[in-house]
Amino acid sequence: MGDHHKPSGIKRWLLTTNHKDIGSMYLIFSLVMFLIGGVMALVIRAELMFPGLQLVDPNFFNQMTTVHGLVMVFGAVMPAFVGLANWLIPMMIGAPDMALPRMNNWSFWILPFAFTILISSVITSALGGPSAPNFGWTFYAPLSTTYGPASTDFFIFSVHLMGISSIMGAINVIVTIFNLRAPGMTLMKMPLFVWTWLITAYLLIAVMPVLAGAVTMMLTDRHFGTSFFDAAGGGDPVLFQHIFWFFGHPEVYIMILPSFGVVSSILPTFARKPLFGYSSMVYATASIAFLSFVVWAHHMFTVGMPLAGNLFFMYMTMLIAVPTGVKVFNWVATMWKGSMTFEVPMLFSLAFVILFTIGGLSGLMLAITPVDQQYHDTYFVVAHFHYVLVSGAIFGIIAGVYYWLPKWTGVMFNETLAKWHFWSSVITVNILFFPMHFVGLAGMPRRIPDYALQFADFNFLISLGGFGFGLSQLFLVAVVWQACFKRKGKAVTDQVWESAEGLEWTLPSPAPYHSFTTPPLVK
Amino acid sequence: MSEKTTQYYVPEQSIWPIVGSIGLFVTAIGAANFVQQSTDFVASNEGSLGGLVLFAGVFILVVMMFGWFKDTIRESLAGMNSIQMDVSYRMGMLWFIFSEVMFFAAFFGAMFYARWFAVPWLGGAGAGEMTHEVLWPNFQAIWPLEITPDGRTLEAMGPWPLPLINTLLLVTSGIFLTIAHHALKENKREKVLINLAIAVCLGFIFLGVQVYEYYHAYHAMGLTLNAGIYGSTFFLLTGFHGLHVTIGAIMLLIMWLRIARGHFDSENNFAFEAAAWYWHFVDVVWIFLFFVVYWL
Repeated sequence: MGDHHKPSGIKRWLLTTNHKDIGSMYLIFSLVMFLIGGVMALVIRAELMFPGLQLVDPNFFNQMTTVHGLVMVFGAVMPAFVGLANWLIPMMIGAPDMALPRMNNWSFWILPFAFTILISSVITSALGGPSAPNFGWTFYAPLSTTYGPASTDFFIFSVHLMGISSIMGAINVIVTIFNLRAPGMTLMKMPLFVWTWLITAYLLIAVMPVLAGAVTMMLTDRHFGTSFFDAAGGGDPVLFQHIFWFFGHPEVYIMILPSFGVVSSILPTFARKPLFGYSSMVYATASIAFLSFVVWAHHMFTVGMPLAGNLFFMYMTMLIAVPTGVKVFNWVATMWKGSMTFEVPMLFSLAFVILFTIGGLSGLMLAITPVDQQYHDTYFVVAHFHYVLVSGAIFGIIAGVYYWLPKWTGVMFNETLAKWHFWSSVITVNILFFPMHFVGLAGMPRRIPDYALQFADFNFLISLGGFGFGLSQLFLVAVVWQACFKRKGKAVTDQVWESAEGLEWTLPSPAPYHSFTTPPLVK
Repeated sequence: MSEKTTQYYVPEQSIWPIVGSIGLFVTAIGAANFVQQSTDFVASNEGSLGGLVLFAGVFILVVMMFGWFKDTIRESLAGMNSIQMDVSYRMGMLWFIFSEVMFFAAFFGAMFYARWFAVPWLGGAGAGEMTHEVLWPNFQAIWPLEITPDGRTLEAMGPWPLPLINTLLLVTSGIFLTIAHHALKENKREKVLINLAIAVCLGFIFLGVQVYEYYHAYHAMGLTLNAGIYGSTFFLLTGFHGLHVTIGAIMLLIMWLRIARGHFDSENNFAFEAAAWYWHFVDVVWIFLFFVVYWL
């Protein structure tokens, strides 16, 4: 023990079995994907800045909405969470590393290859080649089967690779949590980040194979004559939507639960009070995960399901507001009468609580079947899921990065730049997404490169917000660059934040290459 | 050098995961090219090397598996695996099997959806009345769907005699495997080898029967992948099951070779148990298949 020096050069990264190296690679990969997906979003916003068609042709616009969604979901948010899990879970539960270190490497290194396949089809298309996937990130049949471009087959196999990666990553997380906890770390003593990830990993293992099944059926429908999504053979295009959303709805909770965990770690630190209602947080997370399996068809209220189906999925969906409400209540109650200070992680967490709740409430509106007939496929939906994903999931990730960055690097990041990042992000994100509610309620459809003149002013404003938000993220790049690669900033203590609690804060800053080589005793 | 912490073995750097990633990358590119080429989807793709690239990818994956398993077997024989490590492997295998269950669930779900919803609606049930009138007014919704809405006909595969024989083969194989498992726990190596060999042979006979059944379906019954939703669900469910039987049988075969070489004892036998769990999983999927695809 201890004679194991760090390997250096490219081999360190290619062959690594170290949870911190792999976590760092996941996080950097996620940041790169966040910027690539962001550029695609800006192409969309540039086209929509003015009515009429000016920048890109409609087919390329569709490719942008499609690949923007896929890159952000599978390339930015999910890998960022796995990166946080890799860095933090072993440190939080008192383990030396992840349980299956070689498989950990494999789960990461599949991703750059999978996204090479996906993004190369966009580059080919931008250079005048054949179309990239253009059927929306939900790749509904028959758009993706009968009418899918040739690149769809490459898309299908890249989704298979992403699925393999996610499943292995999730298995690793579950096994680590169940098997590598330090003595005395009972399940109900685990930090909430660990709990939320445990449940997320369960969801991943349950639904990523279903996604693999969906793309497999697409493949055989396209090439081997099967009729899964073809009514002439007794199949049904709506079947695709059912299978996709059986994956897709748990997937959206996969993209938020770890952020719940991050925020539940940060709020107590800066409110200087223990988390209010720890066990109810655990049960609420589990309830949300359970309910996520029985609400999928609320994405499909307008496809003509039987009334009983619409009602069932409406009631089940509204039920989710209960455990989610418990969480929001607990976060607010944690801060109640606390001695709050407003460091950058806390600022992002506060924005998370408020803005995620807005996204949750618009979700509740969308859950009501009769009114969803109006909202379906409008910008109201776009506003809803960007509130929960950008100011929810991604703000949670950013809050977590700022919270643990000093522990990872050993230096305090540039707080001035980080505050600039926060304020510019939180203002522009609302200019970007809030007016989408209005144009959506007024009937502007999503995924269309042109719009009626009445939407022009709001769309101009939305695009301004979009470019503002995109540019704001350069602050994040600057902060991360300075802290991680330049190691600029004053050295921090082991605890970093005045009242941070948890095993990870007992390790030195920066954290040693191998976390707990001897398990700590948890009282 | 590899490091042994006081608590948990963290393996040294390994070449195999990155080889596996490259293998998957080559496989994916090759497979996408191959399906387009072999089904004439893109005319300009003719003559590209999809099949060759696919083969190269799979070859890299096989090399990776040999190398990776060689490393883990060496570690296991060197006694580097603590009990805790063993538990990690076991849990990992169980969750992997759970993911496989969910993969099959997608196809079972598709079958039930077609059977209970899509086909009856096409036949005019529920809100499907207008669909029925406008699209295919002569279509009759009967499961198994032997006449598709657009008029393709086929003969559905009944449960007798081949599927029942296959059921008996797999269940018997599972029993012999369990006998072998108990024998391993009692360290009776001869008994393990005999029973395991029978279990593997029954698995391969199952596959032979399955191939014959497919041949019969294609040549005498008009039951093909092209034959509408019944053929789609039938072949994808039984096909993926057959693929898993193949994988499981190879795993058991390797276990037989390892036991013949003196690996494993009553305590240290994770790989054997993992293969056995996998085989039982394949068994259970088949029994479910037998009832809902062939029989009911």
